[in-house]
Amino acid sequence: MIDYWLEWMPLLWKGTVSTAQVTVLSAALALLLAALTGICRLSKFRLIRGLALVYVLTFRGIALLVLLFWIYYVLPYMNIELSKTMAAVLALGLNYGAFGSEIVRSSILAVPQGQWEAARALNMTPAQRMFRIIFPQALIRMIPPFNNLMIELLKASSLLFFIGMTDLVYQADVLRGLYLQQSTQLYATLLVIYFILASMISYSARLLERKLSAGRL
Amino acid sequence: MGTTMEKQPQTAPETVDPTVAAAEATVPMVKYTDVKKSFGDLEVLHGINLEMAAGEKIAIIGPSGSGKTTLGRMLMTLDHPTSGTIEVEGEHLWHMERKGKLVPANEKHLHMMRTKIGMVFQHFNLFPHMKVINNVTEAPVKVLGLSKEEAHDRAVEMLRKVGLEEKLDVYPAKLSGGQKQRVAIARALVMRPKVMVFDEVTSALDPELVGEVLEVIKEIADEGEMAMMLITHEMDFAREVADRVVFGADGLIVEQGPPEQIFENPQSERLQTFLRRIK
Ligand SMILES: Nc1ncnc2c1ncn2[C@@H]1O[C@H](COP(=O)(O)OP(=O)(O)OP(=O)(O)O)[C@@H](O)[C@H]1O
Ligand SMILES: [Mg+2]
Repeated sequence: MIDYWLEWMPLLWKGTVSTAQVTVLSAALALLLAALTGICRLSKFRLIRGLALVYVLTFRGIALLVLLFWIYYVLPYMNIELSKTMAAVLALGLNYGAFGSEIVRSSILAVPQGQWEAARALNMTPAQRMFRIIFPQALIRMIPPFNNLMIELLKASSLLFFIGMTDLVYQADVLRGLYLQQSTQLYATLLVIYFILASMISYSARLLERKLSAGRL
Repeated sequence: MGTTMEKQPQTAPETVDPTVAAAEATVPMVKYTDVKKSFGDLEVLHGINLEMAAGEKIAIIGPSGSGKTTLGRMLMTLDHPTSGTIEVEGEHLWHMERKGKLVPANEKHLHMMRTKIGMVFQHFNLFPHMKVINNVTEAPVKVLGLSKEEAHDRAVEMLRKVGLEEKLDVYPAKLSGGQKQRVAIARALVMRPKVMVFDEVTSALDPELVGEVLEVIKEIADEGEMAMMLITHEMDFAREVADRVVFGADGLIVEQGPPEQIFENPQSERLQTFLRRIK
């Protein structure tokens, strides 16, 4: 058993790095889009609200794999050619950003009205109210749902196999061809690696939550 | 208060236009004119006329639901009147003059007007993600543009005034209700408003914590410069602190006058019933 692992290690490690890399980059894009559009959904300007809503409805409604194929296989016909990693990050980021947008919006709305009023009574500008008072409080509420969402994103990255991205699933598939007899051990190893990656996300979320709420409860 | 000064002075220095001088001397700090307020179909204020002189302390009393909070919130620009006008030092609060016409105020105008107004809320509304000191310095730095040091000094001075200079680095969650409310008072005071609304600032507190907060407010009132609108259910407090007591019921001002008159010689049936009931 140990022997096999030693033989699989280099490829599985490469796959892990690739999966982790795409996940981190997509997560960054998703969080950015989520924050931006989540805040825009609450703008007093109808046009900005509308655009943000269109984004959410569109990218929440498209199946991730279809979106991925569009970006990777269809865009080149429009002379937009992206690397596999770029296409993967874009598809995952756009898709999960749309779900995250709702989290941001509802967390902001969950901050008590009195906080807005106190900020206004102190004559803060609308931007100061949002970014100094409301958003920092909303942030803590966002962490648990974002933790779930990022784990979903990690798991969804396995779909990148279908555009030939050399991620964990891809490398495991290569190994499966070479070690057919050991498929059980191989895929058990794969399960464990995903589990560890997911645990790392949860752990970071907990650390962040603890740091942000220090002293406040 | 404020009403006896309305006659023009008989003699005035020749260089000053007497009408202008008189006008300036009598411009009220706050003036509500025919203010009505509806929430949806429900009209809760039916035409309020009320003036506050500079530095004047008025207590607003009245039964629950009579519109006291709404009255204060409109001054703090948290609710806008459905009709009528509010002026602060002779300037319209919710309106701007454009080409001789009154148009609804924009955020810039409101921002300018709010520099004169402050408010303390029933439920404190402290910022839970900031330490006590930062709750108090946040607006002076970001809104008034003070340097960090200046803001800190001012904040510490205010927190000392409310007896909390030892709690600077504590988060609000660690404070008692009375302490929270005193921080909220310091946070509002540090902006140096000319008029401040206190909306039932003790009614969310345990009875044994009410005294410490009222004590602080009395001290502030004794300093004198700031006009105060004290919405309250504490009649002894109203009597002690207020220059004038305003009794409102069902969205109208029913009776007003000096505390002795209101509490010892109430004229209207409504006020008599109200006072009997709360005893
Ligand atoms: N945002 C709102 N939407 C709808 N109705 C409201 C709103 N705010 C207040 N009201 C109604 O307006 C009326 C006056 O409310 P307000 O809070 O000003 O009374 P109050 O005199 O402060 O009462 P209390 O002594 O209980 O604090 C009440 O009937 C209340 O239900
Ligand atoms: Mg009230």
